[in-house]
Formats: sequence, C-alpha cells, structure tokens
Amino acid sequence: MLEIKNLHVKVGDQEILKGLDLTINTGEVHSIMGPNGSGKSTLAQVLAGRESYEVTEGEILFEGKDLLELAPEERAGEGIFLAFQYPVEIPGVANTYLLREALNSIRKYRGEEPLKHVEFGKLAKEKMDKMGMPDSLLRRSVNEGFSGGEKKRNEIFQMQVLEPRLAILDETDSGLDIDALKIVSDGVNALRSPERSFLVITHYQRLLNYIVPDFVHVLVGGRIVKSGGKELAIELEDRGYGWVEEESRQAVNN
Amino acid sequence: MSIDLEKLAEQEYKYGFFTDVEQEIAPKGLNEDTIRLISNKKEEPEWLLEWRLEAYRHWLTMKEPRWAHVKFSPIDYQGISYYAAPKKKEGPKSLDEIDPEIKAAYDKLGIPLDEQKMLAGVAVDAVFDSVSVITTFKEKLAEAGVIFCPISEAVREHPELVKKYLGFVVPRNDNFYAALNSAVFTDGSFVYVPRGVRCPMELSTYFRINAENTGQFERTLIIAEAGSYVSYLEGCTAPKRDENQLHAAVVELIAHEDATIKYSTIQNWYPGNAEGEGGIYNFVTKRGRCVGRGSHISWTQVETGSAITWKYPSCILEGDNSVGEFYSVALTNRRQQADTGTKMVHLGKNTRSTIISKGISAGHGQNTYRGLVNIGKDASGARNYTQCDSMLIGDKCGAHTFPYIEVKNSTAQMEHEASTSKIGEDQIFYCQQRGLSAEDAVSLIVNGFCKEVFRELPFEFAVEAEKLLSISLEGSVG
Ligand SMILES: Nc1ncnc2c1ncn2[C@@H]1O[C@H](COP(=O)(O)OP(=O)(O)OP(=O)(O)O)[C@@H](O)[C@H]1O
Ligand SMILES: [Mg+2]
Repeated sequence: MLEIKNLHVKVGDQEILKGLDLTINTGEVHSIMGPNGSGKSTLAQVLAGRESYEVTEGEILFEGKDLLELAPEERAGEGIFLAFQYPVEIPGVANTYLLREALNSIRKYRGEEPLKHVEFGKLAKEKMDKMGMPDSLLRRSVNEGFSGGEKKRNEIFQMQVLEPRLAILDETDSGLDIDALKIVSDGVNALRSPERSFLVITHYQRLLNYIVPDFVHVLVGGRIVKSGGKELAIELEDRGYGWVEEESRQAVNN
Repeated sequence: MSIDLEKLAEQEYKYGFFTDVEQEIAPKGLNEDTIRLISNKKEEPEWLLEWRLEAYRHWLTMKEPRWAHVKFSPIDYQGISYYAAPKKKEGPKSLDEIDPEIKAAYDKLGIPLDEQKMLAGVAVDAVFDSVSVITTFKEKLAEAGVIFCPISEAVREHPELVKKYLGFVVPRNDNFYAALNSAVFTDGSFVYVPRGVRCPMELSTYFRINAENTGQFERTLIIAEAGSYVSYLEGCTAPKRDENQLHAAVVELIAHEDATIKYSTIQNWYPGNAEGEGGIYNFVTKRGRCVGRGSHISWTQVETGSAITWKYPSCILEGDNSVGEFYSVALTNRRQQADTGTKMVHLGKNTRSTIISKGISAGHGQNTYRGLVNIGKDASGARNYTQCDSMLIGDKCGAHTFPYIEVKNSTAQMEHEASTSKIGEDQIFYCQQRGLSAEDAVSLIVNGFCKEVFRELPFEFAVEAEKLLSISLEGSVG
C-alpha cells in the first residue's frame, strides 16, 4: 500500500529526514517510536502533503501512485487520513459542517454522490456515540475550546466517518486519560480490517497494548534505525533509545 | 500544487452583464436645469424642486472630502449623466408592462419579479438606474397598512410624510455626497409602518446600475411608528465597465417609541478588475434616528463589491433606552478599498450600542474600520460594546482600524475588543487534509470568521451572503 524509499526532507535549511525507508502492506498496523525531534511528525506531515516540508530526494508510492505529485486534498481523496498531533481550531465553523464538507469532497473525488443531510446526520450521530462524545461537540466550532483529550477524540471521530485506507495517528494518545485511551483505541480497532492500514506514532508502549502493532520502528535522527515486532516497544520502554542509537552508529561504522 | 496566498487570479464577476433596453438618458453634466429636468420627469411638486435646488446651491459651496483611507482620481461631476431610465409609456403598474429585457435582467440576477416565483415572504422594489420598475406584494402590504413604494411615488401619494421626514435624519448640508444626493436623487424605496404593526414580510430593494456614464443616487426613507417592526434588505449589482461609476445614496431611518428597524445590505457592485480599473465608487450616507424611547435600529451589512466603499451606517440614540447595532462584513480583494464603520451617538439615558465589524482583506485590498462612539453628557448609563476583527489573506493587502471614542458622561460603560489575524496556513492545511480544496478551505474559514454577522441576516439572505463571500474570494488563493 505505502512504499517510502530513501526519503530526504528539509525544513528551511535543516535536513530532518535523512533517507527514510518504510513499507506498509495493506491490512498492517505499523508503529513508529522515537525521541522528541527525531522527525516523526515531519514524516506524517509529508505523507499528508504539507507544503512547508521540502522533499529533496526519494519517493513515496501509495497504491502504486506517486504521492508527491498529489495535492493534500487529493491524497485525502485517495484515502490518506492524518490525525494531527495538534489539531487546529477553526472559529465559527461548526464541527459537523467541516466534516460533512470533508466527506462530500472525498466522495466527489471518488465520483460518488454527496451524502444527504439526514444520512450524514445519522452517520455522525452513530460514530459520535461510539466515541462517547456529547452531541454538543458536533455543533461547536471545530476544536475551539475543546480540551486536549476532546481534540484527540474528535480526530478519531473524523477518521471513523471518513473511513480512510491509510490512517496516520500522530501521538493521538498524548493527553488522553485512561478511559479516553480505551475509547480511542477501540475506535481504531473497530476500523482495523484487511483493507486498511495504520501508521501509529507514539511515545508510549501502553497504547500498543490496546492497538497491537504488526511492526514497530524506531526513528532516530531522520532514519529508521531499528524495526521489530511489538516486543521491541517493550524493550524501548525499559531501556530507552540510547542503545538503539548506539547500535545503529556501530552498524554505520562497520 | 501550491497554496500561493499572494497570487491573485482574475475572478469572474457574475453580474457584469449589460441589458440592452431603450433608455432615456439626460445629457451629461450638472446644473440647475439638470435638477429641473429630474424633478420634471418625476412630476414633483414645487416644494421638492426648491428643496433640491437649495441642496444643489449648498453643494456648490462644499469640497469633496478626502479624509478617508482611500485613493481615487478626481471625479468629473460634469462627465456624469444624472438621469437614466428605461423608456416606457406610463409608470409600470403590473408585471406585464415591464420591458421583458428588464425582467430577464432581474431573472439573471436571481431576483424574479414574478410574485409567484419569488421567495415567499419577501416583497421587492426593483430599481433600475434612476427609476423603480416594479414593487411587488403592494396590495398584501397595504392590507396591513404598510406603505412600500418607490420614493418618487411616495412624493405624489404621501406628500405629507415625505415632506415631514425627508432630510429629517440626514440634512441636505450634512456632507458633500449627501448634498449632491439631495439635489439629484432619482429613486429608491419608501417604507412606512404604522403604529403597532409588525410588517408581515421582509421588504427588499434591488438596485441595479445598468446605463453607462451615469450615477445612481438613490434615496431611501423608512419610518417605523411607535411599536412597529420592519426588516428591510437591499441588494446591489452593476455591469462590468472600464470607467468608474458613482453611487451616492442617502438612507434615512426613523424609529419611534419601541419600534424596531432592521436594515440589511448585501452590496455587490462591480468591484473593478485585477488592475483596479473600473468599478463602482460607493459613497453612501446611511443614518438612523432612534427618536422614541426603547426604539431599536440595527444595521447589518455585507460589503463585497465596489472599487471603493465609503460608508458609516450610524445610529443617533435619542430616546432613553434605545438600542443601536452595527454588524458588518467588508471584504476587499484585488484592488478594492473600503473605509467603513459606524457612528453610535448616545444622547438618551441607558442607551446601548453594539458594533461587530469583520474586515477581510485579500489580494491588494485595503480595508479600514472607522468607528465613533460618542456618549453625550446626559446619556447616563450608556453602554457600548465594540468588537473589531480583521483577517488578512496574503501579504499585499492591508487592514486598518480607527476607533474614536468620546465620552462626556462618567457613568458610561465601554468595552472594546480588536484582533488582526492572518488566515492560518495550518487551518487551510487541516481542511485540505480532510479533503477540501484550498479555495473551499479559505471560504469555509472566512465564512466562519463572519458567523456573528451572518446570523443577523434574514435567513434566506444569510445563505446568499455566504455564497457571495465565497465567489468574491475566488482567486485569492492560487
Ligand atoms: N516548521 C518547522 N520549522 C523549523 N523546524 C522545524 C519545523 N518543523 C519541524 N522542525 C524541526 O524538525 C525536527 C523534527 O520535528 P518533528 O516535529 O518531526 O519531531 P517529532 O519526532 O514529531 O517530535 P515529537 O516527539 O516531539 O513530536 C525538530 O527539530 C523540529 O524543531
Ligand atoms: Mg511529533
């Protein structure tokens, strides 16, 4: 589904991703861990098409298509969804309004008819209940005045309605209380299917108890320096990142 | 793909067509004979001709004001024709008598003049250049005792009211453009709501400038007697032309005891092209007097058109406990300039006013909010709340805020909030990630920014205003 080859990315003059390789097959759940500032969000943003990140080298294929050729909204149409680490506020725009516009834009991209108000209302209500969110959050302005946890929950709620093919979750677990963590994880697990893939960025192994990944990758200094199964996450939790960095340095030197 | 907020594409102004009708146009130029001709065409009584001539003589002594934050080349007042009217036999009495070309023009503007086809509950007065071509639902309104007709008709049919109230709010010598308007005004709407009557429908006037090298000088007069209520909306469009055209209107509102007037404007005059050529100079004096205790005047405006907009719909709060409101969205894109705001003059006790202004600048647009809140010495307990927000799209545009406050009574309570923000690239990206195009994202965000104003509009027009804003923003994102 997703193939990233030798990806180099710059912000301003600073190179942040320095030759990243990653392949995600359909139906797989991958997790990325790594120290602060290692480039995890950068990767997520580049996949979503953020302008300010400049790809200087490498390629990204999504379902065989050159992702770098597509505008952000086209990528959304192709089925890429990013749950933001810091969801933005849009004053005066009802949460439900943005979501309906979003869903119908994506449907239009796929040559489907827009969803009628009533049908959309039903769909939204159903997912809302699943996420344990009060209806009032639908009518309120997008993320405005939402608590940190509500914002994260809202991202997963949007994901549920938009049903992407590849969902990228950027630290969706940060700022969630235990109950919310459970709800959010259930929301993700409910969408797990052989047709859908996930890239889960997190700092905490705890999340991976709920969303059990097929693969865990360690991103350090703009490169994936180690990959493994879910037991790698436990090891990282115990030992930190130092030893992985050390290992990779030795590998380069050898 | 790129979000280039600075790039400005030439957008299409969808109302820019010209209607080819047989016109009767006065020769260009302004002198006492021009005024006599207008007055004669309108079959006006002698007193009104005299009223006009006095205004004209006063105008001759006045200088064009230059204090607004706008730039324009001098207007040649002798190069304008002051009267243009579609040719007709008699004043149109019914729809069948209207030139089919004009009917078609209004259809194209989305304002069918056919009562059956119209929005239910909205009566329309259609003003085409210097004359009103039809007023709908007159009978229905008459049943409620409401008078809604072209002002030229009111002069003939209700002279006592016109004589009493014309110039009651905006005296002829008030300012340069008001004096000019008083001398040469051609048509506009007249509304009279009797004591205790709640006007049964929305009233609206659609102003259309069609003829070349003409000015439109309309005059609107709305009187709400004690305990009455009326909601009125005006819409404006004009063909695309390379020359600037002058639109200098005067609107006067009078609210008696416990009466409410809601006045909404959706102004979409031709804004000129990307280089700033052509477009309407919209120099307008709008003012209301809350003469009665507990009276209420509310102005809501959505200004998206015109090359230059220069207007300050104001409220004189004379009656104790009277209320004035001003809700405004002004958008300047391309080379448009707007200097707009309000004056709230508190004279009575416990008078209250609210000002909410949303300025949006894109392209090379220049947007100025200018507002005055004046609390008189007898206005104890007066309160004002002002909120003034500006949004910038791109970095070649400008937003300016000039709030003036004069307080002569120490019991006054004033609150003022202001903000200037750039439309967030992160907001646009967030919407795009969810599937919206950059352009749809901008229009969504801007419409959200204007929500507090749009919700003051009558429902049918709120939808229209949102669409209009989106269209006017086209090309602000490349
Ligand atoms: N717009 C930007 N301008 C300048 N530097 C940036 C920008 N975006 C990212 N960076 C820098 O790139 C590096 C990687 O940032 P990124 O957000 O990808 O880290 P991260 O791995 O997601 O970290 P965290 O775990 O703290 O979320 C950091 O040093 C950051 O300061
Ligand atoms: Mg991050």
